[in-house]
Amino acid sequence: MAELRIADVEKSFGKVEVLKGVDLAIQDGEFIVLLGPSGCGKSTLLRIIAGLEDQTSGTISIGGTTVDHLPPARRGIAMVFQSYALYPHLDVAGNWALGLKQAGETKEVIEERTKEAARILELGPLLQRRPSELSGGQRQRVAIGRAIVRHPGVFLFDEPLSNLDAALRAQVRFEIGRLHKQLGATMVYVTHDQVEAMTLADRIVVMHQGVVQQVGSPADLYRTPANLFVAGFIGSPRMNFLKGTARQPGSLELDHGASLPLAELRQPAGEVVLGVRPDGFAVGDGATAPVRGKVVLNEYLGRESYLHLELEAGGRVVVEVAPDNPVRLDEIVGLELKPRAAHLFDAASEQRLAA
Amino acid sequence: MNRARRSLTAEAAAHAILIAYTIIALFPVVLILINSFKDRRAIFQAPMAPPTPESLSLIGYATVLEQGNFALYFMNSLTVTVLALVLVLLLGAMAAFALAEYRFFGNALMGLYLAIGIMIPIRLGTVGILEMMVATGLVNTRTALVLVYTANGLPLCVFILSEFMRNVSKDLKDAARIDGLSEYTIFFRIVLPLVRPAMATVAVFTMIPIWNDLWFPLILAPGEAVKTITLGTQVFIGQFVTNWNAVLAGLALAILPVLALYLVFSRQLIRGITSGAVK
Repeated sequence: MAELRIADVEKSFGKVEVLKGVDLAIQDGEFIVLLGPSGCGKSTLLRIIAGLEDQTSGTISIGGTTVDHLPPARRGIAMVFQSYALYPHLDVAGNWALGLKQAGETKEVIEERTKEAARILELGPLLQRRPSELSGGQRQRVAIGRAIVRHPGVFLFDEPLSNLDAALRAQVRFEIGRLHKQLGATMVYVTHDQVEAMTLADRIVVMHQGVVQQVGSPADLYRTPANLFVAGFIGSPRMNFLKGTARQPGSLELDHGASLPLAELRQPAGEVVLGVRPDGFAVGDGATAPVRGKVVLNEYLGRESYLHLELEAGGRVVVEVAPDNPVRLDEIVGLELKPRAAHLFDAASEQRLAA
Repeated sequence: MNRARRSLTAEAAAHAILIAYTIIALFPVVLILINSFKDRRAIFQAPMAPPTPESLSLIGYATVLEQGNFALYFMNSLTVTVLALVLVLLLGAMAAFALAEYRFFGNALMGLYLAIGIMIPIRLGTVGILEMMVATGLVNTRTALVLVYTANGLPLCVFILSEFMRNVSKDLKDAARIDGLSEYTIFFRIVLPLVRPAMATVAVFTMIPIWNDLWFPLILAPGEAVKTITLGTQVFIGQFVTNWNAVLAGLALAILPVLALYLVFSRQLIRGITSGAVK
């Protein structure tokens, strides 16, 4: 078990800057998820932590030791890959033992660790199988087992669920969460899937274009996104964004004429972007509400429905409504803002405005 | 592969083409084999006829095995081929691994430079090679042949293998690095077993031209002690008289080792040829 510190790490491939100064302090036993769209640098950061890639500048330390010049095997880490990356010519036990043998562990230790991992992952009956004789879910559990037997200070996961089908994904996700509680180990988990991030993480690190956008608990990120990117990235369906100008407190002039009463707006702020999640609107009277739109699509999902509205003032929004709502296609409906549903961002800096 | 049922005519046509090709390809080999078992008169009177009890004769084989240093030539050929093959595969695979695996300045250029070797026939440089061999005192040694064949075989080997090695999962190599395996161990224990079919393909394509080559043995190593089998058989071809029995018997015997090696590699070979195509 170990803490992990990332100090001002930068990485460029040639002229392309992939990481632009990342600082992170990860506590012992914490489950950290690096979340972001593809190409945001999250996997590169993970590979730098693992030692598979050298940073251009900056320092990584694990458990208080600077590991910048140590090869992966001596950093006290273990990594689980998206493609499982099991040695095809070795059986499960052989896959687990290879790294330990390389580190010079005795037979007794190897056997004991194999038993332990097999018990944790319930893989006992499969120890003599080759990877080709296992199902996808089993292979990923074997890959996780290969990490467990190393007794690493830090577990690194590189999109471990991406190759699994939906049902297995939920199951293995649950197992990884359980494993974290059981082992209490520090874990760093890379994904582009916000469901995995929200369900597993103690803290999520949202990355975009090589820059950390926000670090916080899943609830923090959902309730108070620090900027437009985080607001748009977390939550499904996406948050709706409406541009406007805040000339006076208590009211927001939307770009296309309508004026929206907004209690959160306590001082003039100039050009702003109003963010509202689909459940932050209430459907009101189409005649009197300040913001009106035409229903262009009604997505029925059983527990709720999503209305896609084309606003009279231009732009589209998605609104969550009860599934038994009487709204018909092409109908004009009005929108009202629910209390505390507004997120305000500065239009130029894209940063959240303090309420 | 589409397993849909095909029409009988299409099936028959495909077989007809393949059978015709097989006959054409095998015809010279069969001709050599049947005539090597006949006496001289029968060879000339009815070259297409299989040996009959009257015309059956092992005189060719007897001549080859008694006269000349057939066993020596044989060993020379085998030594040169096997050594060159081992060197081509080992060095070629290592170079391919480096090209496929590591980012370094001039990687693409180096790959191109090596690939040019495929396009330029090495025989164009015969004079230069001969001069070099004379200068280094390697004329009339098997070393000279091994060196030339290694140089000749490397480009294709590097070209094919680097392509296959790029297809070996990057995660797998990284997993091995995290497990503490050295780059050499990763190469020998992880990557090589996975590109074995490609290795077999390269081995066959490298081995057969070396075994069959007449040019370089004739120029670089014509000495009696270092003659290869293809060159050795030439002693029976004279300006005025050719001992066809012996020539044919010698060639027939020369087929055997390649055939054996080919059978060893063939199962892998087929997988190697198709695995790149059908992905």
